[in-house]
Amino acid sequence: MSHDAPGGVVSYLDAGKGAGFWPWLKSWIFTVDHKRIGILYLVTIMSFFAIGVLLGITMRLELIAPGKTIIGPDTYNSLFTVHGVIMIFLFIIPGLPAIFGNFFLPIQIGARDVFFPRINLLSWYCYVVGAILAVVSLFAGGGAPDTGWTFYVPYAVRTTTNVTVAVFAAFVLGFSSILTGLNFVTTVHRMRTKGMTWFRMPLNVWSLYATAWIQLLATPIIAVTLILVMLERMFNLGLFDPARGGDPILYQHLFWIYSHPAVYIMILPAMGVVSEIIPTFSHKTIFGYRAIAMSSLAIAFLGYLVWGHHMFTSGMGDTSRWIFSLLTFLVAIPSAIKVFNWVATLYKGSVQMEPALLFVFGFIFLFSIGGLTGMMQSALAVNIHVHDTYFIVGHFHYVMFGGTGFGLIAAVLYWFPKMFGRMIPRKPLYIGFGFMFVGFNLLYFTMLILGWQGMPRRYYDYVPEFTTGHVIATVGSWILVAGLLIVAHTVLKAVIKGEPAPADPWGGTTLEWKIPSPPPHENFVELPVIEAGPYHRPGGKTP
Amino acid sequence: MTAVAIPHIEEHHDPEGSRFGMWLFLLTEILLFAGIFLLYAVYRYQFPEDFHYGATTLHTLVGAINTIILLTSSLTMVLSIAKLVRGDRKGAVVMLGATIALGLSFLVVKIFEWGDKIGHGLFPGSEELMEHTAGENMFYGLYFGMTGLHALHVIVGLGVLAVMLYRLARKPRMTVRLPAPGNVALSLASGDGRKLWDGTADADVDGVEVSLTYSKNEEMLDKEVTRLENAGLYWHLVDVIWIFLFPFLYLIT
Repeated sequence: MSHDAPGGVVSYLDAGKGAGFWPWLKSWIFTVDHKRIGILYLVTIMSFFAIGVLLGITMRLELIAPGKTIIGPDTYNSLFTVHGVIMIFLFIIPGLPAIFGNFFLPIQIGARDVFFPRINLLSWYCYVVGAILAVVSLFAGGGAPDTGWTFYVPYAVRTTTNVTVAVFAAFVLGFSSILTGLNFVTTVHRMRTKGMTWFRMPLNVWSLYATAWIQLLATPIIAVTLILVMLERMFNLGLFDPARGGDPILYQHLFWIYSHPAVYIMILPAMGVVSEIIPTFSHKTIFGYRAIAMSSLAIAFLGYLVWGHHMFTSGMGDTSRWIFSLLTFLVAIPSAIKVFNWVATLYKGSVQMEPALLFVFGFIFLFSIGGLTGMMQSALAVNIHVHDTYFIVGHFHYVMFGGTGFGLIAAVLYWFPKMFGRMIPRKPLYIGFGFMFVGFNLLYFTMLILGWQGMPRRYYDYVPEFTTGHVIATVGSWILVAGLLIVAHTVLKAVIKGEPAPADPWGGTTLEWKIPSPPPHENFVELPVIEAGPYHRPGGKTP
Repeated sequence: MTAVAIPHIEEHHDPEGSRFGMWLFLLTEILLFAGIFLLYAVYRYQFPEDFHYGATTLHTLVGAINTIILLTSSLTMVLSIAKLVRGDRKGAVVMLGATIALGLSFLVVKIFEWGDKIGHGLFPGSEELMEHTAGENMFYGLYFGMTGLHALHVIVGLGVLAVMLYRLARKPRMTVRLPAPGNVALSLASGDGRKLWDGTADADVDGVEVSLTYSKNEEMLDKEVTRLENAGLYWHLVDVIWIFLFPFLYLIT
């Protein structure tokens, strides 16, 4: 590892090395260093991403032809449930905030750690316990849960599969999410270094801050909802049981009061990453700093008021539908503000086409398709037509995978030199991106078309007319996974074999590029004093 | 010896920040209960008659006694903090002990109350209750769900208070073990390098253990107060939620 730090400062990776295996292991799993906790999350979250991908392509393979191909219908039901639970609760919700938020939020505001370092470690343990429970629910006696990741009652109460364990897993993971959010909000409020005013914070910090508030304000609702499902299953509480006067629709309301804002927990941090990468590689200050910062808060706020659009077909008054539809259209405004500002930043910049930026372009393209198909569904008439079809599946994969997934890979490529002190070779990444981009669109754009034609989601079988579409989508999934493997292989190899990275390989302007790569344990030998905006370049006009 | 020590980051002390974090946590707790209060609101609107009838079947007196118990426990909690602030550690421990005792008695009363209802066959999913109206089913579902969730918070709160009690009551002490590869000569020096004490140990010891017992200074007391205040905030939250549960379930008839 490179030691270009003055006075031989030990990097966070090397601290505690050289005393044997057990002390080394202990120095990791009992660490309270936000950077190490970020790495712990990186390893665990990416492992579950791999499992989620495996489940996903198994489903796609099953769907290559009508009827049974490789697995039975019950297994298929479990597969899409567990794919959803893992991808949502174990990968995409914690993903960016827990990995890169932990690692870079304190550094970017000039702090030595988060406000509650031990609670930070606790939240990783919650994640691990939740993950173990999720795995247990797969293999324990009753069989893997088969309700879909939404755990809709009454089926979630009636099925004999391991729904209780899976629901408890989601509950524990929610706890992890709350603790991370609590930590980030407190850290941003109390630990900004001297001169780091609110409007000098990097946009990544703004995004994480807005995300942290959603984590705090939305997650408790899913927590109580999941507790109620567990109580229904264990003690027969009856609150959602229509036979005894209960109302299952109330479950859907409570579920989506959390789960819609959760969508913004997933996408906002990726938008933050994009807002960092674009100014760096355009060698320009960001266009519309305040607009981007405020649009993060606007998304967090509006995201709270639109949950009803998941329930347009499940029984709701016309007035409510109309209002939810309108509010849903409104969310497009802050999202579009971001996209336009990013593009305006690139305009007339001296753009340096690094792989991280390429993935950001992928993000903008795919997220725009995801966002626009979302707008189509905000319209009531279209919504009822495409409800519960592949159109929905295609739409949210464009936003979640095309948006957050590509954003997360961009974050890995952008910050890898800082985190590990090594560079990643560019060429295989360009090739990997090519595969991913082509495979992605083959897979999910075909889904949009299939859905428009009427293919329902979550179906094990289909009429022969849909075969061509399903074959294209399955082939697309292979190309996509091939691209993922190329990228993963390149990155993993670079952990050991990459060229040593300088402190600032990209010409970035935020604080993490002003400390050695990898950073020393304390981040800063002396806490910096901030005198200009985060994207200020000497000689540039704007702050 | 070449082991690399992990550099230690000095702990920052920021009582305002800690309290801020605690308030955020309380906010999440309130939202957690908000979910079930929402269900209560909907079902109360749907079955007003049955909810009125349901409330009359609960023992208002027992509920009132429990309310008084919890309110008193909040008082002793505040007194405990006040005493610690003034440096009266013993008084703080006594008051904290009283808080825990009151919390436990709340739970005991609750157990008898639940036991009584269950004894009469009134619990969710019972055959008895299935013959009652839908509204009564919802009322008892909510009664057990809400008081159960609250009781769980009382238990967690008691756990937190017990930890605080242990921390306040124990002697502040720090123990360090040092390995000794050969014969040992012992020497003790103060932080600024002054020699305090010299000695030797038997040749066959393989290590020494150093224990320091010290009295707490101003800053440590400050930290303890912050911790106790935060524990107290949690306890008050448990109390406040009960203040809402009591009228909603027992009093509105």
